[in-house]
Parts: sequence; C-alpha cells; structure tokens
Amino acid sequence: MAEKDVIIGLEVHVQLNKLNSKLFCGCSTEYHDSPPNTHTCPVCLGLPGTLPVVNRRAVEYAIRVALALNCAIQGETLFYRKNYYYPDLPKAFQITQYDFPLGLGGSILIKGEDGEEKRIRITRVHMEEDPGRLVHAGTIDRAKYSMVDYNRCGMALLEVVTEPDLRSPKEARSFLDKLRNILEYLDVFDGNLEGAMRIDSNISLVGGERAEVKNISSHKGVEKALAYEITRQRSARRRGVAQVQETRHYDELRGITVTIRTKEEAHDYRYFPEPDLVPMRIADWVPRVEAELPELPDAKRARFVAEYGIADDHAKSLTSEIRVANFYEVVAERAPARLAAAWIADVLKGELNYRDVTIERFSPDQMVVILDLIEAGKITEKGAVEVIRTILDGPGETTEADPAAIVAAKGLSRVEDDAVVAAVRAAVEESSQAVADYRAGNEKAINFIVGVVMKKTRGRADPGEANRLVREALEGAGRA
Amino acid sequence: MLRMLKERLEAGASAEEEVSALFSKINKSRLNAYNVLSEEAALERAREFDRSPWGGLLAGIPIAIKSSISTKGIETNCSSRILSGYIPPYDATVIERLKEEGAIIIGKTNMDEFAMGTSTETSCFGPTKNPWDADRVPGGSSGGSAAAVAAGEAPCALGSDTGGSIRCPASFCGIVGLKPTYGLVSRYGLVSYANSLEQIGPLTLSVEDAALVLDVIAGHDPRDSTSARSEGGYFARIEGGVDGLTLGVPQEYFGEGVDPLVEKAVWDAISKLEGLGASWKKVSLPHTRYALAAYYIIAMSEASSNLARFDGLRYGLRLGADQDWHTTFSNIRAAGFGPEVKRRILLGTYALSAGYYGRYYLKALKVRTLIRQDFERALSAGGADLLVTPTMPFPAFRIGERIEDPLSLYMADVFTVPINLAGVPAISVPCGFADGLPIGLQIIGRHFDEAAVLRAAKAYEGATPYHEAVPKEVV
Repeated sequence: MAEKDVIIGLEVHVQLNKLNSKLFCGCSTEYHDSPPNTHTCPVCLGLPGTLPVVNRRAVEYAIRVALALNCAIQGETLFYRKNYYYPDLPKAFQITQYDFPLGLGGSILIKGEDGEEKRIRITRVHMEEDPGRLVHAGTIDRAKYSMVDYNRCGMALLEVVTEPDLRSPKEARSFLDKLRNILEYLDVFDGNLEGAMRIDSNISLVGGERAEVKNISSHKGVEKALAYEITRQRSARRRGVAQVQETRHYDELRGITVTIRTKEEAHDYRYFPEPDLVPMRIADWVPRVEAELPELPDAKRARFVAEYGIADDHAKSLTSEIRVANFYEVVAERAPARLAAAWIADVLKGELNYRDVTIERFSPDQMVVILDLIEAGKITEKGAVEVIRTILDGPGETTEADPAAIVAAKGLSRVEDDAVVAAVRAAVEESSQAVADYRAGNEKAINFIVGVVMKKTRGRADPGEANRLVREALEGAGRA
Repeated sequence: MLRMLKERLEAGASAEEEVSALFSKINKSRLNAYNVLSEEAALERAREFDRSPWGGLLAGIPIAIKSSISTKGIETNCSSRILSGYIPPYDATVIERLKEEGAIIIGKTNMDEFAMGTSTETSCFGPTKNPWDADRVPGGSSGGSAAAVAAGEAPCALGSDTGGSIRCPASFCGIVGLKPTYGLVSRYGLVSYANSLEQIGPLTLSVEDAALVLDVIAGHDPRDSTSARSEGGYFARIEGGVDGLTLGVPQEYFGEGVDPLVEKAVWDAISKLEGLGASWKKVSLPHTRYALAAYYIIAMSEASSNLARFDGLRYGLRLGADQDWHTTFSNIRAAGFGPEVKRRILLGTYALSAGYYGRYYLKALKVRTLIRQDFERALSAGGADLLVTPTMPFPAFRIGERIEDPLSLYMADVFTVPINLAGVPAISVPCGFADGLPIGLQIIGRHFDEAAVLRAAKAYEGATPYHEAVPKEVV
C-alpha cells in the first residue's frame, strides 16, 4: 500500500481522562457509566455569567505530553475562543488555543511502511475543552432528532497536529498506536474509555484537493477510512471528476466516507483571546514537569535490551504497552529474563490479542509459576500454552486461577521418563521398517518413530526429548 | 444613609416594616425601575431577621440588583426577551457576599437589554423613567438601579459598568455610582456583555454607602481568573479629605459637545475641592478621541461571542415547534433580541471576521494600550493623584430623543468609556443641577486606589448639598 503520491496528516484529539476534574470547572471526569447530563455544573453548561478557571493539573499533563512528543514548550501560553454554533457547544464557542499554543515543533518515531524507523513531525500540541456529545436517533444524515449529553462537555482535550509526513493508512495507524502508547506511559490517558481519542485525518493525492475525514475514534477505523479515501480519490481522478476541498464523515457501518461540507461552506471561527482567562507563564513549570517525566517507550525498549539481554524485537513488543512492560519487569525479577520475554511477547500477548482482552486478565505470579514449570521440565511448551489458554478462558477472576492446579487437573505434567522410555522401546520394536531405513542411512526415518512415541504418550512427551531417546535406543541397539 | 438604617435596625426597628414600605412604594411607582420583584422571599427574610437578627456589614439592609447579575432562584433576564423565565441555579459571587453580610435582595432592576445602551430604553420591558423628570431617561444601562435608589425604592443597588453603565445613570439620577478597578470585584455571575471592560459596583445615596457596599463585594474570587486581591477597608478609610492632593483636569474632557451648565458645575466642583485643600492642574489624555471607536469595537466583538450562547436550547425563550437546530436557533435569536443587541452582535461579528480582525479588533486593543498609558502617565508619581471630569457631557435627555440615532447615543459615553478601557476606578457624585436635572462629577483614580477616589468624593460631598436634594417623582 506504500504509494508515493499519498499525503496524510492527522489532528488527534486526546482526552486527558486521567484528570479528576474538567478543564475549566470542578466537575468529575468519571461520567462514563453515568446517566446523561449528570456530570455538569453552571460553568461547563455555559450558564450566563459563569467564568472558566484553568485546571492547573491539566496544564501540567499537557506539558508532560508536549515534552514527551519532543515539542518546544512556549514561554507564555494563551487561550482563545473559537466561535461557532452547534447544539453540543453550550457557550457557542470552544475555549481552545490558537496563537501561542502550549507546544510547537515536536516529533515521534514510528515504524514506516518500509519497516524502517521513520520520524513524524508534530506541528503543535494545544489544549482545548471537549464539547458535549450528540446522540442521533439513527444515522447522522438521516436522524429525525438528536439528543445532547453535556457530561463530556468541558473535559480537557489535547490536540496533537502532525505535519503531512504520513504516506499510507498503515503509517497513520502506526503513528496513532505509538501516540497512544506514549500517552499511556505518561499516565495522563486511558485509551480504553469511550471517546478517549478522536482523529481528524487530512488526506490528498499529490496535486489533488485535500479531504478531511473527521471524528473517527478507532485506529482501525482511521486506517480503513483512509484506504477508502485513496481509492475514492484515485478513481475520481481517473474518471476526470473534479475534486473539491471538503470535509467528510466516515460511516463505519458502510465502510465509506460521505461529504459533510465543502470549502465554500467552511466556518469563519472568529478566533480572539479569551478575555476571561489571563495568559499563563508556563516556562517556569517546565523543569519540574520534565524532572517527573517517566521513562518513555523508546528508552524503555533500549533499557530492556541492555538490562535483560533480550532481543530487540521482544523488547519492542513488550514496551508497546506500558502495562505489558510493567508486567514483564515484575516477572523478569523472579524468572529467567529471556525466557520470560519470549513467553510474554510471543505467546501471552498473542493469546490476549486473540481474545481482545488486556493483560490485567493475567497475573505476573501465574506467569512466574508457568515459567518455573517450563524451566524444571515439568511441562512441555505445548502444555504451557494450554495452561495460559485455560487461565484466560476460565470463569470468574482469571488472575486467581492456579497454574499448577490446571496442570494437575488437565494431566498436563510432562510424562515421567520411565513411561517415555517404555514408549520408545515399544515404538522401536513396532517400527522395524523405519528402524531398517534409519540404519540404512535415512535420517528422516527417525521422525516416524518419534511420531509413534508421541502417539503412545498422547503428546505429553517432549518431542525433543523423545527424539533424543529414540536416537539413543537405535544407536544402543545397533551396538548390541 | 445606610448607616442610619443600620442603626435603626440595630435599635430594634422592624426589617419587615422597612421592606414592606419599600414594596408599597415600588408597587405604586410609575418609574418602571424593576422588572422582577422578590417580594415574598424578601419579606420572609426580613421576618427572619426580626425574629433573630444576624450580624454583618449589611445586616437587614434591602438591596436592589441589576438584572444582569445572577441570583439563585430569582429570574435574571438582562431585560431581554431571550432570557425570559431564566432562573439561575446559582448566585453570583457578589450576591453570595451580600447574603453573607446579611443583606436582603428585593428585586431585579430594569436595564438596557444586555447592558447595551445609555438610557435604559433598549429594555424589552420598556424604559425606566428618571425620578427627576419622568419624561426623561434615567441613563443606562443600570438605569433601573439608579432610579430605584434615587426615588427611595431601594436604599442601595448593584449595577454593572462596561462603558459607563453605573456612572451615567448615577449622574442622570443625582446619586453616587462607583465603577471599581477592573479585577477588584468578581464578575462571576455577571452575565457578560464585554468581559474585559466590565465591573460590578454600587449605586447609593452617599459616598459612604458606596464604600460600605464595596467593602462587601470587593476581593479575590477563585472563580474569576481576572479578579485581584483587595486591600479592603474602604469604609474605614473614607475620612481624611483632599488636603495636599493634586487633581488633574484633562483638557480633552471639556469644550465642544459639553453642555455649558455641566462644564460650569464641574469647574465649580474643582474650585470647591481647591477650597478643601487640593491643588489642580491641567493634564492631557491625548488618545481620548480614539476611545469611543476602540471601546465599541472591543465591546461589540466580545458581545458577539458572549451572546452567541443564547439559543433557547437549554434555557430562556422557546418558540412553538422546533425545526432543525439551525433554523430553530435562528428563529429564537431573531425573536429574542432587540434591535440594538442585534446591531452590536452584527458589528462585533464583522469586526472579528477573517480579514478584519487585524484591522479592527487588534487595532482597538492597541488603542486601548495607548489610552491606559495616557491615564498611567497623567496619574503617575509627580503627576495628578486623581482626575476630575464631567461624568456625562449633558444631563438626562428625553425619552425617545436619541434612541433612533445610535451614534449620538454612543457619543454620550465619551467621558466614561476611556475609564473602562484603562481599567481604572471612577466615581460619579452629584455636583449640581441644570434646569432641575442632576449633573455628575467624575473622579478617577489610579488602579486599585479606590480609597483615594472615595476619600475625595466624600470630602466633596460633605462640602456640598447636592446629594441631599430629593427628586419630585418620589411617592
């Protein structure tokens, strides 16, 4: 899909949903399980006469993000009003930033389309308030009426704007994954909450007009919408259909984008400095916030390689989610670090992804026990995978399941040596043709005999071990 | 005045009787000073006070509140149809403070719609009449507050002043009106017209009363990011006179366009202050002639944004059946706003539009800086301690006389708006009459030097009889 003529830039709205209160009032941010319009106050409802007061913690969080995205923090920052009418915007303006945003000129590294690391430039990072949420009775273009919920109204948002450095839908997704990863490392953001991240994508073909696809909340959705747009724009060009600069909506159900408005209908937002707020000198905050900045994904990955001696691929996989990285470090303290890396990165993560669950479903203690059993040769790799699956598919609190008990209950213990030896003996006796072939120099014949051993032990023998024992038996027999 | 009422109440006079006397006056009045009365609640609170009196700087004192200041449970409509029926669920900070100090709110006063006017004629409830001559305007936009106090329908009132809206009606109604330094009084709960210019302040019968009310309402409020700390103690520091003070007389505030009777009254006042020990000198505020233009651009721009929220969706005016949101909002705004408000929203929207922002709004902000610097220079150390000017270039005009000519109405604000642009404090005190109509003297101070402004005003008031005159419309 890497096509040289595709130009993509993103505007990502990140809800700082780990704050306790909204950006300009004291309302709680934990509205996700509450009925509509129950987390509101005169300020976030924009009642006449109310005034905003900046949540200083939100500004700190924003500085944290801007620093992590390698932005230059501005000495003084200012809020503006962005004026437009919409039912989800109770003041009819959004308090946002315009000139003098919080951070300018950053970048992050992603894995590019060619597999190499690629630097994506970040134009700016600024703070703004979230509008409310419209709930349409039906689809946006056909609803008879809509309802509005102001619970979300006034939540602190960060807008992260990239340069048009992305060249494919896959790169866009890779950028979003990395951004989410960084935000979760910073402990300012929980990506699992509804509406936590909303993305506007600008996409054009070289020489063509730009389309903005607005307000998609999943990374996969962005990837699909962009892929659709490339096809649509290409096909329009091929057919000679004139393109216009426009804003489009992604219809997730139909997997297509539809036009909302063209440039001629574009808003004039009449930005001007918010007179109810005073400029903030944030330069003085930076050293403290910087000192408290946690280790970020790229640094953690390098440290994992150096400290635990694990492969870079494993380190990358483990650090792609802060919770997995933390999980790994707990396990690696009590189990062989490389073995732990391989099992968590290669097996556990795959099982979690397959089930679409997070690592909270598994405990480090469970992992340590499983690794101990593998190390001691008490279960086979296959048996260990089975234990992990059984835990994840178990009922109730999965982290409370006891791996050893599962091994016992399912009879997953590696078969005792005697039984394997007996099976090997029997297999050699039964497989006279294969034995003859082996002795005649056909090395591959041994696989047949090992297969018989496995069958006789119903797979509980370690294949490597069985191979060794068969070889011994054949060579012993040869000598006899 | 308030002090006498306080003493009466402390001596055992009935607050209920005081309050019901006010309401019988209000109910008989033809001034149209109020648009919402809180009679039941006020009487109830007065009875409570009589049963077990509480303390506080304004214990048991009735007060009238401009309709643009939010009062929990009492309709706050800004004299606009679009806010008809809107009852705030919260109190403005100044209202909380008044209640903490024991005051009794009696009602909400008439005003120019959203404070946009100089005459209280743009109110959707019709104009308030001037107690000195019912054919004339009381000034605006806090005309209801001023008329109520002048006519004895409230012992004191709160107004708000964006470009003269306290001082102008105080001047036209012959009472005292103070616009505090920008930031001294919390704006939380004041329905915004032009945020960067306005302040809540007292309208009273005496300078002392203004100081007392200011003591109650001034001070930092964590809910208003533009509010500052107050040194307080204005009432306590009101004596001391003007001996040794230097008064600056800005030359741009006299001459063309000023009624000669007004000019004479102000010069007489300056002589009076000189007699009390002050000296005076001419000063210049050279950018004064740009003030009106800058003021109206800034105020209208901010207003166009502030008033955009009134769409009828969550509160206020609703019309029959809803259509799509865009049409519904448009219909409600078309029906809910009066012509002056629409004019200012349109002009402000224009001034903020892409391509015009730099030419109008930004330029107006630059002019504002120059004007502030004019005041800072004139009031710098070695310059004047206070400035004295006429509050209004002429006395109250006739109802209907100027309303069809917005520009001539805007021109009336020429001496009041520079003070809001500069953010400095200013008071208007009665300084004489022109053909039976009150004239106001404006005393302007340094930022946060309300103490000096009040001291000078008090000294002048003590040496003159004008504040004691009673208008004929008093029933």
